[in-house]
Amino acid sequence: MSLITVKNLVVTYGANTVLENISMTVERGEIVTIVGPNGSGKTSLFRAIIGATQVTGGDIALQPGLKIGYVPQRLHIDATLPITVERFMRLTGRISRARCKEALSAAGVPDLLKRQMTQLSGGQFQRVLLARALINRPDVLLLDEATQGLDQPGSAAFYRQIEAVCRETGCAVLMISHELHVVMSASDRVICLNGHVCCQGTPAVVASAPEYRALFGTGTGGALALYRHDHDHDHSHSHEAAE
Amino acid sequence: MLDDFMTRATLAGVGVAFAAAPLGCFVVWRRMAYFGDATAHAAILGVALSLAFELSIFPGVLAVALAMALAVTLLAGRGYAMDTLLGVLAHSALAFGLVAVSFLSGVRIDLMAYLFGDILAVSRLDLLIIWGGAVLVIALIAWRWSALLTCTLNEELAYASGLNPNREQLILTLSLAITVAVAIKVVGVLLIAALLIIPAAAARGLARTPEAMAAIAAIIGAVSAVGGLQGAYVFDTPAGPSIVCVAAILFVAFNLVQWRSKVRA
Repeated sequence: MSLITVKNLVVTYGANTVLENISMTVERGEIVTIVGPNGSGKTSLFRAIIGATQVTGGDIALQPGLKIGYVPQRLHIDATLPITVERFMRLTGRISRARCKEALSAAGVPDLLKRQMTQLSGGQFQRVLLARALINRPDVLLLDEATQGLDQPGSAAFYRQIEAVCRETGCAVLMISHELHVVMSASDRVICLNGHVCCQGTPAVVASAPEYRALFGTGTGGALALYRHDHDHDHSHSHEAAE
Repeated sequence: MLDDFMTRATLAGVGVAFAAAPLGCFVVWRRMAYFGDATAHAAILGVALSLAFELSIFPGVLAVALAMALAVTLLAGRGYAMDTLLGVLAHSALAFGLVAVSFLSGVRIDLMAYLFGDILAVSRLDLLIIWGGAVLVIALIAWRWSALLTCTLNEELAYASGLNPNREQLILTLSLAITVAVAIKVVGVLLIAALLIIPAAAARGLARTPEAMAAIAAIIGAVSAVGGLQGAYVFDTPAGPSIVCVAAILFVAFNLVQWRSKVRA
């Protein structure tokens, strides 16, 4: 059985249909990336998978006993809440200090144990979030735009770290990203979402699919041309300019 | 020992401070200060209802505080901004409560006793209720501590960990209603929120972990209760406000000390 099986999922907010007839799976050990413009329902899909959003129709099946490591899009810690990295790592149960250090090392920040969460830099903070998600040795990591606020080299390094950890531990990854140029190379499979699944497949297949071009290509004009993350298909600029 | 009114008052004050400390930390972390205010202000309506039906104050206040807290939770995010909603509800509840009390012309009521507390008149039964409520609140929050903390940090993280943030919110709401009901005798409806927020805020700079902050807040709250009562006795000032004054002085003092050590460093 797949780790996560989504079948004909429908999510509506009031009269607004956000997700329509979504079917997808995540298999053991694979890295799946969801791409899509703003408002395409990426975060709604994630919230449905973790049970934070009521589904209107369809079915989401998690493998029995599936352990999910979740890295949220944005985690704001109020300045009035004192919490060390170590305490934060131990939020979800009794965890040894050795395990905390191990998870922090795997995330590339071995020396932060005693620091206050509110004093970390953006990159350190995201890596601590990753370490916390890894601490229970999850079967699948869920990352929702986990590199917001990082610069390009920072997010590239962050994704390389995730790829390395997951290839080593066999942990599957389902992630949402805007940064196609960075995540495409690491992904086994890309799902292009815009309310429905436009297309899916290996990065190369999706990047050349007409549906994907229609959403992300700069030559299509209109509002979608404002979508900035198009550095991965430089070739298509000249191609479409020539048309 | 309990024959002495000062002993009973001190025990009552310390009991409320212990319950208010961990709850107050969540009120501060989750920015629920107005929420505490609204729940506390609604309590005066509970007082009026209790008197009208010749009940003891405690169940009436508990019921109205709980209804208020639930109403706020349900209405949140439906049209009005939270602070607007709370502003409407808190002051309406207070006004309706004051009007309702005025209808009770048959009984002579010292309204001041409910607005500012009447800690020197705490009876043995009151003491039992206050400590029973305090122990209940502390037990509830201790039981759900990690879950509450996770929900406070991030809702999605909580869901992914198998928690239900709405259920945890309900625990806080219930604790808040109980705290309001037991604190009304000690500091009165107008100052309950102060007892929640000031010790927690004063403890912030002294703590490195959430647990330490709650413990330090409890100590600061207890010291304020004891110090405020002694001050009230010596200077013949109202007891409830004196307790809050001591807490406020401690808040300023701790902040000044930290500010100085920061400037030197």
